[in-house]
Amino acid sequence: MSALAGFRVIELANERIAFAGKLLADMGADVILVEPPGGDPARAYPPFLDDVPGPERSLWWWHYHTSKRGVVLDLDRAEDRARFAALAASADVLLESEPAGRLARLGLDHDDLRKLRPELVFVSMTPFGRGSANAQTPVTDLTILAGAGPAWSCGYDDHSLPPVRGGGNQGYHTACHFAAMSALTALFWRLSSGEGQFIDVSMHAASNVTTEAASYSWLVAQQTVQRQTGRHAAIVQTQETQMLCQDGRWVNTGVPPRSPADYAALLAWLRELKLDADFPELVFLEMGAALEKPITYDRIGVDPEATAIFAAGREALALIAANVSAHDFFIRCQRRGVAVGAIYSPEEAFEDEHFRARGFQTRVTHDDLRRSFRYPGAPYKMSATPWAISRRAPKLGEHDQEVFGE
Amino acid sequence: MDQPTNPKPAALAGVRICDFCGQLAGAGATKWLAAFGAEVIRIEDPVRQGRWDILRGVGPYVDERRGIEFGGGFNNHNVEKLGITLNLRTERGKELLTELIRQSDCVTENFAAGVLERLGFGYARLKEIRPDIIYVSNCGFGQVGPYAAFKTWGPIVQAVSGLTFASGLPDQPPAGWGYSYMDHTGGYYMAMAILLALIHRKRTGEGQWVDLACTEAALTLHGPALLDWTVNGRPARREGQPHSNRNQWPAMAPHGIYPCAGDDEWVAIACRDDDDWRRLAPVIAAPWTDDPAWATLDARLAGQDALDERVSAWTRGRDKFAVQKHLREAGVPCSAVQKPGERIDHDPDTEGLWPTVTHSAMGEVRVDGTPARFSATPWRMTRGAPCLGEHNEDVFGRLLGLSPGDVAALREEGVI
Repeated sequence: MSALAGFRVIELANERIAFAGKLLADMGADVILVEPPGGDPARAYPPFLDDVPGPERSLWWWHYHTSKRGVVLDLDRAEDRARFAALAASADVLLESEPAGRLARLGLDHDDLRKLRPELVFVSMTPFGRGSANAQTPVTDLTILAGAGPAWSCGYDDHSLPPVRGGGNQGYHTACHFAAMSALTALFWRLSSGEGQFIDVSMHAASNVTTEAASYSWLVAQQTVQRQTGRHAAIVQTQETQMLCQDGRWVNTGVPPRSPADYAALLAWLRELKLDADFPELVFLEMGAALEKPITYDRIGVDPEATAIFAAGREALALIAANVSAHDFFIRCQRRGVAVGAIYSPEEAFEDEHFRARGFQTRVTHDDLRRSFRYPGAPYKMSATPWAISRRAPKLGEHDQEVFGE
Repeated sequence: MDQPTNPKPAALAGVRICDFCGQLAGAGATKWLAAFGAEVIRIEDPVRQGRWDILRGVGPYVDERRGIEFGGGFNNHNVEKLGITLNLRTERGKELLTELIRQSDCVTENFAAGVLERLGFGYARLKEIRPDIIYVSNCGFGQVGPYAAFKTWGPIVQAVSGLTFASGLPDQPPAGWGYSYMDHTGGYYMAMAILLALIHRKRTGEGQWVDLACTEAALTLHGPALLDWTVNGRPARREGQPHSNRNQWPAMAPHGIYPCAGDDEWVAIACRDDDDWRRLAPVIAAPWTDDPAWATLDARLAGQDALDERVSAWTRGRDKFAVQKHLREAGVPCSAVQKPGERIDHDPDTEGLWPTVTHSAMGEVRVDGTPARFSATPWRMTRGAPCLGEHNEDVFGRLLGLSPGDVAALREEGVI
């Protein structure tokens, strides 16, 4: 059975909130996506099936609207507003990210709908929150991540290069995570209280509290972190953690080895690759392997022997990396207990044997095309209420008859 | 985001979480639950002084005091939780945990795969103790699969899941994320999983086990790129990519982060379409902006490098907030790249987002709040993170019926 079976969610189509609807739909909620005549603008977002544009060919659309049904309503017409109100009166959750003031003007805001449906959980997710002086300010994922903190922390040691906005629409995703958590929290409460409520999620606030030490270094100690290449922004500069491998791909070495077992493993690996003769710091690795306990951070830079051993560990990793592929480096370090990661592209991760073995790849049938495609799968494996894509994204108005005939 | 002045109900009142979570990937999840009134009982190891959670003793610090009660990150991620200690190497410690689980709705942890099982509390045992228990485990690669034994933390998760790769500029190494984005986000998925399982149990009486792998949750965050691969066969690793200050889907130009007057000052500008360009051009009002060659998106995309240079030349001598003001007035998406102090202390749109909590050792400290205002069941954050074993008397007394003398004896015996 599905965790959210029997719950109905109405989602007013908007690129910003699409992912929140997907999170609930793939857990079994009956999510009804409401689009305007002519369709939501995101239907025109690339990439497209076979690179041919078309309202039913957007892969962006396919991804963000799985498991939903779709209807068309022209909310500028009284007749369709009445239909929308009736739909909302049958719903448990409403998700909206409309331009500020629009729903109130249409007579479809929370104050209007709660009279029809007191149990409704009304989730409003807007760029700066309801009532902000910036309510009319246009935003994109880039401007949200720039204003809210993430961009300040991402980029390179070289500060003549700009801060970097991380890819993949993560500013929208973060806000949608909070919208979904909020909807679930309110639904749980409703199961005992019977009451709905109004929830006001700010996208700007959501990314503001998703910056780890950048925020709390300021909150606690009024310190400002500085961005560094491929690693945590920090108050003081730290050592690089990315290394280039033989195949031109990068790995993240994380925290360099500090334990005797790590040093012994590196030593054995260097010898296996016949690189030990080329490694001038070999003696320090041998000393590291003979240590009785791990080197503690406070000794690095203070105790000459600990410092030399620690540096030799890093150098050994770099030498090995330069002589193996990123994938081999990742797998063989981890098998030796050294926590590193290959810097995979998304498709390399998707095709990796671990995620295949866990069943992450999910096949979705597109009946209309008589084809099926592999989609990204479950973010969590729930034993009793598994995640599932119940249907491909809806075509424009595909479920008008089905929904309004109910 | 405002702290309520009059008491309203708590959405998760009555939910009890037996919580082994730590760091951020786990602690962030139960922080959300605690803020909405769940009773989150954080269990720590007295022998290691709770240092399994490395944030317990590391900075930032409020003052010159150091040690396990003064970690600023630990406080941030553990507000509103209760803290107890249990030495699970002892039989008595295991008995006490068993009794606590019997009275809990959920057991949550983000140990390495298999650790709780080896302690004698795998899912099968948890179900024996309480048949409708919800067990949520959270680790880098999950509890099953070829890499289940691999070790991770945020940056490794981000590397292996494609997030690090997808953040960067051309001809540069990956920029990645300058923080553990997937520790935050893994925590959000863990919170969702717990809530989904709680809803299911409330409706059916059935518990379950959730195996959350942070790498897998992260992989769901690349949807269009993955479909471009599986449907069109186009990899993200290709010439000219990633270039994440630009936008692929949909393409926009100009779209980037541009230099401003001052030291390391920047502004982000995004022209979503030709209308945005027609709004931007008169603000820049340079001879080149009148050139019809820039009027269409296709033309701007074709000349994007040159366009970025011209926009940079315009922004370079200007104050970032002045640029933000003028472009926003014109209706163009624009934001200063805000530094922590600017967005926390001088941004009206984050007012109420940084509640002050009272920590028993640190005193009053501001923390990350929650970006959602609930009309009926607002979140609350007033109590700081627990000191090690701070609520032993309360929890062992109230839930397990032990007297203060019993608790003192347990402490003497090294059980707590």
